[in-house]
Amino acid sequence: MTEIEPDDPSRPEHRPLVDEQSDFLQAEVAGLSQSQIVRRRFFRHRGAMIALFMLVFIIILAVTSVGWGPIPGWWKWDHTELVPITDERPTLSLRPTFLGGAGIQFGDHPFGIDNQAGKDMFALTMRGVQTSLAVIFVLGVLATTIGVVIGSVSGYYGKWVDAALMRFTDVIIVIPLLVITAVAGYALKLSGMWPTAIALGLFTWTGLARLVRAEFLALREREFVDAARVANAPDRRIIFKHILPNCVGTIVVSVTLLMGAGILTETALGFLGFGVRPPDVSLGTLVSAYQGAYQSRPWLFLWPGVFVVAIVLCLQFIGDGLRDAFDPRQKRIPGQKDLDRGLMDRAEAEILSSAP
Amino acid sequence: MAVYIVRRLVAAAFILLAASFIVYILTTFAGDPLEFTLAITNPTQRQAVIDTVTETLSLDVPRVQRYLNWLHRLVVEQDFGLVSQTQQPISDELARRLPTTIKLVTGATILSIVIGISVGIITALRQYSGLDYLVTFVTFVFFSLPVFWVAVILKAWGGINFNDWLRDGAHFSTTFIVVIALVAALIGWSSAGGRWPRKAAFAAGAGVAMAALLAWISANQWMLNPGFGPVIFSLISIGITVLVIAVLVGWRSSDARNAALVTCGIGILSYFPLQAVLNGVPITSTLLGVPVVGHSANTPAPTITIWFIVLLGLIAILIGVAVGYLMGGYDRGQAARTAAITAFLISIVMFVDQAMKSWYEYTNASVIRGRPIKTIGASTERLEGSFWVIVDNTFSHLVLPTMALMLISLAAYTRYSRASMLEVFNQDYIRTARAKGLTERTVVVRHAFRNALIPLATIVAFDISGIIGGAVITERVFEWEGMGSLFIDGLQQFDPNRVMAFFVIVGGVAVVFNLLADIMYAALDPRIRVGE
Repeated sequence: MTEIEPDDPSRPEHRPLVDEQSDFLQAEVAGLSQSQIVRRRFFRHRGAMIALFMLVFIIILAVTSVGWGPIPGWWKWDHTELVPITDERPTLSLRPTFLGGAGIQFGDHPFGIDNQAGKDMFALTMRGVQTSLAVIFVLGVLATTIGVVIGSVSGYYGKWVDAALMRFTDVIIVIPLLVITAVAGYALKLSGMWPTAIALGLFTWTGLARLVRAEFLALREREFVDAARVANAPDRRIIFKHILPNCVGTIVVSVTLLMGAGILTETALGFLGFGVRPPDVSLGTLVSAYQGAYQSRPWLFLWPGVFVVAIVLCLQFIGDGLRDAFDPRQKRIPGQKDLDRGLMDRAEAEILSSAP
Repeated sequence: MAVYIVRRLVAAAFILLAASFIVYILTTFAGDPLEFTLAITNPTQRQAVIDTVTETLSLDVPRVQRYLNWLHRLVVEQDFGLVSQTQQPISDELARRLPTTIKLVTGATILSIVIGISVGIITALRQYSGLDYLVTFVTFVFFSLPVFWVAVILKAWGGINFNDWLRDGAHFSTTFIVVIALVAALIGWSSAGGRWPRKAAFAAGAGVAMAALLAWISANQWMLNPGFGPVIFSLISIGITVLVIAVLVGWRSSDARNAALVTCGIGILSYFPLQAVLNGVPITSTLLGVPVVGHSANTPAPTITIWFIVLLGLIAILIGVAVGYLMGGYDRGQAARTAAITAFLISIVMFVDQAMKSWYEYTNASVIRGRPIKTIGASTERLEGSFWVIVDNTFSHLVLPTMALMLISLAAYTRYSRASMLEVFNQDYIRTARAKGLTERTVVVRHAFRNALIPLATIVAFDISGIIGGAVITERVFEWEGMGSLFIDGLQQFDPNRVMAFFVIVGGVAVVFNLLADIMYAALDPRIRVGE
């Protein structure tokens, strides 16, 4: 056994490990409000921050390049314009000239041209990104509203209200989404993205409602709710002012992931022919339209897919970062090996110090 | 418990009833089922078709009445009705399509459960290591991939590029070998524990082994005519045995170790005697009343059936149990379990070996013409050959859709099992187990793994319920005639009969499995009581 000097600085102190941990945590959050703690933790999550920047970049790129509604964008073409037919291959190049490439350039048609329809692929893809993002935005707003209201009413009131609302939720879960979206376009007499967006929003809140209900069931038994009740607060105030703020973490994380899944659902529906209808284009309809072109003109098929993956991946990472930030149990706990090592060192040190 | 189950089933029946009403009414609103008749030019013919479809879907009565008619037919006569356009009974369609879908999803489900849980546990054991971050990132990417996009790419790569590669002699390029070896080295580095010399040794070992393996495969053109042969079969069997012993019981548990080794020996020794049996020499045509040697539809010569293979697998497991029981010493159960698992895994290796031996015959069959990987449908028509050629054919149709289906469930199982394992690692009983001085293997396998499986069991049950209807997109891309295409076609032709048949089957399976998940949870975890 190696000798350890009593005043060796590498020697662990004689203190229970739990205290070291809680000191570490205390120092981290001392004097900060809850929202400051959450914000700080989120900003420290490297993956989430990179994802956030990427998502913002994609949104800005999509909105400014082809414009929004009547506002024109900076890109030469938009998704309806016919382009002069030239070389259909993409002009985007990232390989510099000294490595034998064409130099770093954007070119006239960075994602190539669809020669059969005479459209610029970059404009089409950007328009698809806009539509898909708009769909999940509508979806997010609708699903959050319905899910939070049903979940909180169900969880707060309990008894028959709870039973009725939860059975209603079960019915909604069982109904296949494809049926809804297939009907939505035909029955609502709407074209474009709206039927899909509304249908998705009206039928994907079920998971969120269940989560919010579970939170409410746990929170309504807590002392601060009793205190509010004793102070004669009305139900509405207790729900919205006292309980709901405690569920924000769950809701935010769940909605972020829901929107990520929403893009995939939207594109899958578009692929099966039940999604966004013409004249609108979404990423799903683009992938679907160009699936046969993969062998001959892969850029037509790959670029919309790349944007789907990028957006969903960003939302996943942001959701993950938010979950870590909101989770109060999320501590930086020393790993098992550190624990073992710490215990071994301490035991060793104790034996040494008790030796004559 | 019985009261709870009955109550749940009654509630589920009412939910299905309500949902079926909504789905039926919505489907009738989706469009005009007579639209297709516009294409018929002959007016009398057209009127006849309109009359038939009107009769089939009872279009002459109000929607609610139509639903009640449908429900009455289903409940009283157990009849799903007819397909509106072809007038085929839907029950025939189901009998054809349900097995196809099950065939498609079974392999993908089992593989993603096994691989996902293993990877999840390894990453939980190496939390916050390079491997953990890598796997987390990869699962995020898998979650973000649209299935149809990947499926189209897989179709192109597997169906065209891979088949071309086989045609060109199945040689790997040096770049490919180097890249794969580097990936193997990276995984070896990040999965090894300890300090850097140990990590470096692992990385070097993994990289060199992978490079050597790929070089050997490339040099011998192994992919054109694969197979293990007796030597490699023995080596793989021994490797599996050692792994099973090391993971399940530990090397120092002598009785179980010896039982597994003896079972492995029996497996290796039976390699040659079993060749003749597996190639269809008829010993007996039925065993316990099950036909094991029959005439397949395509071949005049007698060939073995799938039941014979299942039977051989069962015999292998029984041999393992017997060996374990005889050699088990004081802990017979453990020895029997270990030996049986060893025997089962070795018999799978033997099955794979046998299937590989027929690969050359399969690829050179007249209807395959050297392009073995298939991207359309469930099997090749007019293919003639032995049982093993048919197995190869099924495999080559399944491999690409299985990969597409596995993507998402693999990621999900990895995440769930990692989270579950980490949760269990924080429990007091794990600390107790470590404090007792148990080996790390015992703590992980006996104390942690079993408890981590409890929440996973319920997730598996949930997943199976969703999977029957969940392969809609994969079926569409790979043109399988399964449940998903029944649903999509029905929806596109505004045929409530087909949509409802899909809904009843999928909804019914979902209800049963969700109930099963809850009961299983209560059965596995004594802290949970159902019905309170």
